[in-house]
Amino acid sequence: MPGLEDLYREIILDHYRNPRNRGELPVPPAYKVEGFNPLCGDEIIVYLVVDGGRVQDLRIGGQGCSISQSSASMMSAAVKGKTVQEARATIRAFKGMMSIHEQHLEGDGSEPTAEDEAAAREEADVKLGDLEALQGVVKFPVRIKCATLSWNTLAQGLDEAETAGA
Amino acid sequence: MALDVSVVKKDFPILDQQVHGRRLVYLDSASSSQKPRAVLEAMQDELETTYANVHRGVYAIAEESTRRYEDARAKVARFIGARSTREVVFTKNVTEAINLVAYAWGRSHLQPGDAVLLTEMEHHANIVPWLQLKAERGIELRYLPLTDDGHLMLDDLAQMVDGVKLVGVSCCSNVLGTINPVRRIADAAHAAGALVIADGAQYSPHMATDVSALGCDFYGFTGHKMLGPTGIGVLWAREELLEAMPIFIGGGEMIRDVRLDGFIPNELPWKFEAGTPPFVEAIGLGAAVDYLENIGMDAVRAHEKALTAYALGTLKERYGDDLVIHGPSDPEDRGGAISFVYKDVHPHDLSQVLDQAGVCVRAGHHCAKPLMRRLGVTATARASMYVYNDEADVDALADALAEADTLFF
Repeated sequence: MPGLEDLYREIILDHYRNPRNRGELPVPPAYKVEGFNPLCGDEIIVYLVVDGGRVQDLRIGGQGCSISQSSASMMSAAVKGKTVQEARATIRAFKGMMSIHEQHLEGDGSEPTAEDEAAAREEADVKLGDLEALQGVVKFPVRIKCATLSWNTLAQGLDEAETAGA
Repeated sequence: MALDVSVVKKDFPILDQQVHGRRLVYLDSASSSQKPRAVLEAMQDELETTYANVHRGVYAIAEESTRRYEDARAKVARFIGARSTREVVFTKNVTEAINLVAYAWGRSHLQPGDAVLLTEMEHHANIVPWLQLKAERGIELRYLPLTDDGHLMLDDLAQMVDGVKLVGVSCCSNVLGTINPVRRIADAAHAAGALVIADGAQYSPHMATDVSALGCDFYGFTGHKMLGPTGIGVLWAREELLEAMPIFIGGGEMIRDVRLDGFIPNELPWKFEAGTPPFVEAIGLGAAVDYLENIGMDAVRAHEKALTAYALGTLKERYGDDLVIHGPSDPEDRGGAISFVYKDVHPHDLSQVLDQAGVCVRAGHHCAKPLMRRLGVTATARASMYVYNDEADVDALADALAEADTLFF
């Protein structure tokens, strides 16, 4: 049975207590996208300025648990200033880190090995850095939705920006 | 006679275990209750000795299966003070019971512009079906507001029910614990020519229910919150209302005759029970009714009221203003669901910490998002009591809360 230290790493609690890029941006030029976790009521608002194919600025609003808030904070630091393409690759890599375990739940029941995870990330060719701290979340399947809420919301925002031709 | 928890606890096999190396402390009965051995055995016995579809076979085990199913209906009818088993419709749960009323009664009685009055503390199950009717045919929804201490604001009740066709009210809030004055609301509604649908999901499991004393016209509750299995609930309604209502779901069992160009619905209550019903579950619910009646619903209520008082007192004494409890402070006015927020620890995180101590509480919006908005929170943690909980369970909760401090502060 995993202990809470696997879930609540110090860096996660740091992002929870001192969230980065917290706030709002004027709409327009920013896009505002809201994400809801229907299980627990958490709400994430992503404000996103995309210009020249690049995430020029980004702010996070809303309320939620330490996992959803720290994930959003780390996400904002990871994708701000990146090209839309790089941001999408980061989303894929992060969700890959979260979903490996889900596949194993339905598969042979074995724990994902470090090699499995490394391979998945190399495929995406993305360095997750601090975000690796959220790896422990996969041992608490109910909380995966908390961790991925902001990422799904960001993906929706990027879709909207691209559709609008930003 | 008073309820002896040490005896009751032994009837619930699931409680005799450890999680994370700690005694399992189950404080989430408002979400779903645990099952006593008597319920499990009643279902097992049906399955092992006399299982056969009901209302169909002309052989001994089918006759016995049907007898047990209808016997469960009679137990439920007596349990809630129904005048006849014709008034007791088995549904999947209270959600389906309310949807049945919204679909069958609502669509035949509500026209564009007709008003339905609900309360701000309703469960989504008593909001969404009416929102669907609002979207579909333009009915108007009104909401009785709340006071800051978690009661319904009834000063303008007569004005609020004026011109309303139906009033929907929870008998006991699944979040605040508030026991609502259903009789007073029903009297005002009837005086204004409106009918009343009461949600008894958090009421019938915990206190003696008499539908005529409540004064409502429709009443729903759910089996799995009152020691019964999942998949079985009840809609009670006055017979003449059910008689006049069109059918809900069509299929087998609910017909008297079917021709290629038409059908005649069955008698009550089977008119509303299309398809093979969950009769094993209904038999389990009947056993749950027996179990509760054997304890006595007044003893159940007395036990929970005392335990709720102990919990409110203990949490206040241990944590003072660091722990905010939403809902009435007087145990007389409330059931055993206690929603709280501890410092600024998110309920999701708090619940995770409590789990490590073996303590099961619900964290989230409790399917009452409009109420959460009214309270100014996105979520709360909720501990809820039942017949098998005791002061040691409350103490375990209070002790485990301290462990959140070491992690988050």
